[in-house]
Amino acid sequence: MPIPYYCLSNFVHTGRFFMSIKSYLAHPHKGKKAELIRAISNIAQCEVIPAKNKDVLIVVTDTENKTADDELRERLENIKTLQLLVMVSGFDIPKK
Amino acid sequence: MYNSLTDRRNFMKKMATVSAMTAAIALFPDILFSGEPEKLLSESKGLDWKRSPCRFCGVGCSLLIGIENGRAVAVRGDPKSPVNRGLCCVKGYHSILSMYAADRLTKPLVKKKGEYVETSMAEALDWVAFNMKQTIETYGKDAVSIYGSGQWTIPDGYVASKLFKGCIGTNNVECNARLCMATAVTGFLTSFGLDEPMGCYEDIDHADVFVLWGNNMAEMHPVLFSRLLDQRLRRGVTIIDFATRTTRTSMAADKSILFNPQTDLAVANAICYEIVKNNWVNEVFVNRHCNFRKGLTQMGYGLEDHYRFKEKAEKIDFEAYKKFLANYTAEKVAKLSGVSAKDIKYMAALYGDPNKRVMSFWCMGMNQHTRGTWIQNLVYNIHLLTGKISSPGNSPFSLTGQPSACGTTREVGTYTHRLPHGVVTDEGDRALAAKIWNVPVENISPRPTYHAVEMFRALDRGDIRFMWIQVTNPMVTMPKLNRYRNGAEKAGRFIVVSDVYPTPTTDIADVILPAAMWIEREGMYGNSERRTQYFEQMVEPPGEAMSDTWQLIEVARRLGFKAQFYYEKETHIEEIYAEYRQHHDNEHHNMAPLHTLRSQPGVMWPYVGGKSTKWRYNSKYDPACTNGEAFHFYGKPDGKAIIWQRPYESPPESPDETYPYWLCTGRVLEHWHSGSMTRRIPILHRAMPHGYVELNIADAKRLQIQTGDEVKLTSRRGEIILPAAVNQRGLPAPMQVFVPFFDEDMLINELTLDAFDPISKQPDYKKCAVSVEKV
Repeated sequence: MPIPYYCLSNFVHTGRFFMSIKSYLAHPHKGKKAELIRAISNIAQCEVIPAKNKDVLIVVTDTENKTADDELRERLENIKTLQLLVMVSGFDIPKK
Repeated sequence: MYNSLTDRRNFMKKMATVSAMTAAIALFPDILFSGEPEKLLSESKGLDWKRSPCRFCGVGCSLLIGIENGRAVAVRGDPKSPVNRGLCCVKGYHSILSMYAADRLTKPLVKKKGEYVETSMAEALDWVAFNMKQTIETYGKDAVSIYGSGQWTIPDGYVASKLFKGCIGTNNVECNARLCMATAVTGFLTSFGLDEPMGCYEDIDHADVFVLWGNNMAEMHPVLFSRLLDQRLRRGVTIIDFATRTTRTSMAADKSILFNPQTDLAVANAICYEIVKNNWVNEVFVNRHCNFRKGLTQMGYGLEDHYRFKEKAEKIDFEAYKKFLANYTAEKVAKLSGVSAKDIKYMAALYGDPNKRVMSFWCMGMNQHTRGTWIQNLVYNIHLLTGKISSPGNSPFSLTGQPSACGTTREVGTYTHRLPHGVVTDEGDRALAAKIWNVPVENISPRPTYHAVEMFRALDRGDIRFMWIQVTNPMVTMPKLNRYRNGAEKAGRFIVVSDVYPTPTTDIADVILPAAMWIEREGMYGNSERRTQYFEQMVEPPGEAMSDTWQLIEVARRLGFKAQFYYEKETHIEEIYAEYRQHHDNEHHNMAPLHTLRSQPGVMWPYVGGKSTKWRYNSKYDPACTNGEAFHFYGKPDGKAIIWQRPYESPPESPDETYPYWLCTGRVLEHWHSGSMTRRIPILHRAMPHGYVELNIADAKRLQIQTGDEVKLTSRRGEIILPAAVNQRGLPAPMQVFVPFFDEDMLINELTLDAFDPISKQPDYKKCAVSVEKV
């Protein structure tokens, strides 16, 4: 699948440095939107905002460090009802 | 706003949500969420959101900047902008941080007995004016000069030109855009008679095929490249990356085609040959709207001081042009270029298909080229032969690298030969400028002096004794840097540098003036698609920092030009812009009034009848077309564009036994130009902390070099040691290396060659010969 346009300018972030707050667009497999919402909602570091009329959800993640962020990303990508997860933005939070 | 870390965290989560909503809306325009972006942001109490074009590249993304307690604290893409539609790249999102690094220049520094001493701005400006006067009295007016930038705002460049050309009477006005955009200008002028693209970014929404000519758009113009990828997702468009190196653009493209350096000239001619051979020529268009010309050849490369070249165009006909093209068969060119005949024919077929709309994009790959004007002419030839020009989706499009390379340097005309309208050699253009500037017409010299490279040569020779450098960092960016640094440091030279941070260029200064940057002052930028964008002053500059515009006005008044620099402090930008607009008061270039600019994210000139002109030279869209035909290339006296006969010629320096590798230089996503701003943004600096040399995998294996190993590059002009990057961000072809130029501690321009395009005088940073050895 081609890289969706909205993530391209930002996908270089991933892996190079840590951003504690990130937002993604999550695309479910056909007919699996409700299941995907449930699966992601059950993850403590995730907030989900589903579109009312399209098969896409906004996922905002909040993690404390790079390890936690990597683990979360892996956990999200292993959800079977998820077809595609693309990062839209990332924000760094200063420690002080 | 952020009374605690928790508050800031919640705010950032809202920002992240809004970014995702904006992206989703761009993807699905009718999408609905339970909360709307504007509502979410309105909950961010205390933030005042103001609009500005981005400080960095020439795409001209519109940003919304959150101001709190006199400080810029947040950035989001402007969803109302037709340029970026709510998106930003990584530099744009972090742009405001570039104002707040700890070593910001806040006080003027004057060199006394080899040491910099802090002084007041008034005293520093007195000292600058005194030294200008002294230099003029001792050596003449052509011994003083100003070297500006495509990052100058429109008012900065305008008052610089007015002071030097109109008041002092020297044409020693140049800018760093000579290093990046001059060839685009001469390409447009030779083919169409007027500068800047005929189309606009909206072409992306209509084109079926995108051919990127030596343009790593994914890293250099990421938001625009995102729009290309969006169109592929929606409509299945085709993206061809035609380049000398494999990059992120190549990886995202449908097809990556590599060519040997300099041979794009031959390939473009081969594409034209195929178009003619296969009867893909739009004969009606060509017959009605095109002339054929050939120019001089074997022009040289400008390597010697005082080099001069004057083009002489000779009229030819279509049959003579066809005969010329016969030497560029796909099979013949394949041997020279390394591009297979099949791929050449494939590209020709894309351009030739009457049912496909085609955009060509380029930037530094074609501009920084010793035959740069020629290659631009050749790409225009392809579009002219097929009639794929000046209509939605059919668009040869030259991208710019700086936020106001178009708006300031090209439109205000901050080059030695230019005036805001026209050229110094034209009596009528001089008379118009003199009238608006309130100076005797005799003040404006009809003789151009030095283009950028020659200006630094003149400084080295001693023909120029005073140089004022604003908003640019030539001691990182000039080619063959050792000569020009040594020249600038010679005794008897007086250098003034206006900047926001210490750089290798402030190191050579006699006076350093702290500048107010970007939204610390009011101004306008003009982007690649002829869009002029206004920004207000949003925050106070630090310490005694002052805008470049006002620095120039203060010095002009000290030199005795109070009548010409009459502007009030509170309203000077409005007054300068109103005066500037008079130079373009015609239907070919009319600029929108300031109140219109203030009301929206930019306006494209020509602004006629209250509307931007999206497609110039097309009578359906451009009110300036008056010939009664579908197209009118009114920049040329007979209204016809020119198809140029331009051959392949070899570069001035090619690999040999001693220096067997090609060196290409360029940029990276994270850093903008010489890195003086983006390297002070911690998140970008951590992501790309230093320079490096990219090697081909086979070369690295043969030389036993791995990523991170120290590698020495040597050219005829210098040597440098850098860490190796093998198969990392980009991958050069065999026997080629690539080095980015952002790192002031690894000055790759000490190795580059100061050869330039004889027509545009723009240097070629993409091709010289080096040796490579593991340290």
